[in-house]
Amino acid sequence: MDKIPILKIGHFLMVAIQVDLYDRLALNLESDLVQAVSKTGARGVLIDISAVSIVDSFMGRILGNIAGMSKILDAETVIVGMQPAVAITLVELGLPLKGVQTALNVEKGMELLQQKIQVTEEEEPEE
Amino acid sequence: MKLDTAKILQKRKKQILELWMKNQLVDFSLREDLMSNEELTVQSEELVDVLLQALSDVNLDDIHSIALTPVHEALEGISISRAKQGYSPRETGTFVFSLKDALLSILQQEIKNDPVQLLEESLKISKLIDSLGIVTFETFIKGREEVILRQTDEIAEISTPVIRVWDGVVAMPIIGTLDSARTQVVMESLLQEIVDTSSNIAILDISGVPAVDSLVAQHLIKTVSATRLMGAECIISGIRPEIAQTIVHLGIDLSGIITKATLASALRHAYSLLQLEVRKSAVK
Repeated sequence: MDKIPILKIGHFLMVAIQVDLYDRLALNLESDLVQAVSKTGARGVLIDISAVSIVDSFMGRILGNIAGMSKILDAETVIVGMQPAVAITLVELGLPLKGVQTALNVEKGMELLQQKIQVTEEEEPEE
Repeated sequence: MKLDTAKILQKRKKQILELWMKNQLVDFSLREDLMSNEELTVQSEELVDVLLQALSDVNLDDIHSIALTPVHEALEGISISRAKQGYSPRETGTFVFSLKDALLSILQQEIKNDPVQLLEESLKISKLIDSLGIVTFETFIKGREEVILRQTDEIAEISTPVIRVWDGVVAMPIIGTLDSARTQVVMESLLQEIVDTSSNIAILDISGVPAVDSLVAQHLIKTVSATRLMGAECIISGIRPEIAQTIVHLGIDLSGIITKATLASALRHAYSLLQLEVRKSAVK
């Protein structure tokens, strides 16, 4: 059974999807990732889909689900490295992934996450 | 006595060709700039060969016979090449119809003493050439349509350049009407450029779009959503007052999209997003 590795980097979790996701794998990833977020108390999740060239509505929904679940567990999700063809397909499918943060590459995604976390950390002491 | 028209014509092939060439050369629609007389002779000879060959095994009454297929093919070839070379329809038509004159005058010489037969055979020949003329025209127009389609593709390609305005900022001026096919090209080249240059901001300038209706607006919204999915921000600029009016009248919701009146203000917005500042340099 294939498994997609979930790496912990500082406050964040990072997932690099290097294979084309089939439905079972995507479902496993969803549950694994949510488990990992709650176990590690990560503040951000970075999903790199630069190697994914095929996407369908199910995959789009899974990505949305992951973002929604992480949000509930107080972690931001950033999807990075989407291929142009994938972006066009998602738009044509009517899934603009509202509420999901995106960035061009892992580096920029990291920056974005760090900014977000900093903002919330600065706010916290005032509470 | 039954005369064999095909045989007669075959026998007088040389004269037919000569006569036809003479007809073509005196006609004012001769285009020596597009094709030399030698080339024209070769082309004509080929056609006469094929035609007479086909006539020998075809019944002249049946103009839809399969035996005429090689003639049609030869004519189609000539017609398409002429369409691409820029011949006018009249010139192409004259090419075929002047053959009729040649054939008829040869026939006249051969069947001098039987007017009834002459009339009958002339009618058949004339019918045949007319049908060949129609084939020529059909292909001529098809050839022209191919030229038009190719040009449309070229226009679609050249009219969607992506410009690197600044490090991390790309702009794309859209000129002309946005339809589904063009949106696809626009989206693909814009997204590809964003990946290639790893730009954060894309500016879509629509000052060259003559009108925006709900369909065009939908295409724009799609492009903006796709850019966002890639992780870049998309600004739409160059919205003229009339276009702003139509957008509001049509009830199109562009509130989720950053819109600017000019490319300059879009660029200013891009700078502020990138935390850049444009300043006058100190006076020396």
